[in-house]
Amino acid sequence: MLNVGKIEEGFVLDHIPAGKAMYIYHHLGLDKLDCPVAIIKNARSNAMGKKDILKVECDIDSLNLDVLAFIDHNITVNVIKDGEIKEKRKLELPRELVDVIKCTNPRCITSIEHELPHIFYLADEEREIYRCKYCDVKYEENDAGEWN
Amino acid sequence: MRHLLTPQDFSVEELEDLFVLADDIENNSAKYSHICDGKKLATLFYEPSTRTRLSHETAMINLGGSVIGFPSGNVSSATKGESVADTIRVISCFADIAAIRHPKEGAAAVAAAYSSIPIINAGDGGHQHPTQTLLDMQTIRRLKGRLSDMTIGICGDLKFGRTVHSLVEAMSRYEGISFVFISPQELRMPDYVTDILHDRGIDYEEVTKLEDAIPKLDVLYMTRVQKERFFNEEDYIRLKDFYILDEKKLAAAKPDCYILHPLPRVNEIAPEVDNDPRAAYFLQVKYGVLVRMAVILTLLERN
Repeated sequence: MLNVGKIEEGFVLDHIPAGKAMYIYHHLGLDKLDCPVAIIKNARSNAMGKKDILKVECDIDSLNLDVLAFIDHNITVNVIKDGEIKEKRKLELPRELVDVIKCTNPRCITSIEHELPHIFYLADEEREIYRCKYCDVKYEENDAGEWN
Repeated sequence: MRHLLTPQDFSVEELEDLFVLADDIENNSAKYSHICDGKKLATLFYEPSTRTRLSHETAMINLGGSVIGFPSGNVSSATKGESVADTIRVISCFADIAAIRHPKEGAAAVAAAYSSIPIINAGDGGHQHPTQTLLDMQTIRRLKGRLSDMTIGICGDLKFGRTVHSLVEAMSRYEGISFVFISPQELRMPDYVTDILHDRGIDYEEVTKLEDAIPKLDVLYMTRVQKERFFNEEDYIRLKDFYILDEKKLAAAKPDCYILHPLPRVNEIAPEVDNDPRAAYFLQVKYGVLVRMAVILTLLERN
């Protein structure tokens, strides 16, 4: 069994589908933070078979984790303070996603102007529908985007 | 600073103010003939257009302003690879307001994001064409005396027809509106439009035969199947003459069912229909200039 030391303050993101840890690492901007991050890939899980885990030691107000709600509802967010789990944070779908997913509509302005940010807005919270801010086309998960 | 990217940028009350302003411009044109003296409109047309560009330019000239711009992407810096964002930042230094047409969806939203002057979306690919919608609405309002309580039929290319997406979205904000969408299977209304109707509880039906729909309509909006929206020429040829409105079909319509069309027309309305008193498509052109004058004044806050 692999052991990673506990953290004093920060987050433990558990039940990440195996293989998605680096994707989340990127979209939370953890590469830009000067703080300890442990990435555990393919950890054994009774429920999932395999899972990824991220441990981030940082100020708990310094990270916006809403993007996780878009990536996967089932990710567990444990907020750690003084070395203990203080809460399991409930995530809300972000109103806007910037450069998280890509618009694949060949008629969209983003298809020819590659420097533009790919911005999606939450069009329907209940049905979890995001639409491109430019062309209004609905994002479908099998559009691939950056899920490779 | 405000832009006009979709008809939803204006509330129903603001739209009514705009239509009343257009009425006043029509009735008191002299009052408005110098109101934009010294102001410049830039028309940035990356895609050719006769009506929309000239209508915007006429609107500004009628208000005493002047016009700069380019009539096609081939004669602009776009050929050198300049982005819309950069172009609009440059144009913002020259003009007071800009109307942009671009073949890609969302181009006007990009322009608005980087602009320091008001932007009018004069058509962005198959997406939105709000000034067309406003002139369509003003035509309906003037002919029917209301914008509520009617059944609107929309026929032809509903998939790529940007004018109809804008029109449906805008008209669905009024009481008692229902729609009949008449199109071939391949050119049905996209889901982002029908989702809005679901959310607002608006009745609509989708049919393929124009004859089935025509007796129940208060307004019939015909559209052209646009060759430039197809990647495949065969599909275009198969679908282009799917609907042709002629006097025989129109005989089944109500006596006050007005026929609208964004123009240019190709084959979808037979010339014999032009003399029918219900043919309103050339009247739309007249209201187009008046509505665009009202839009320019509103965005420049000179009303």
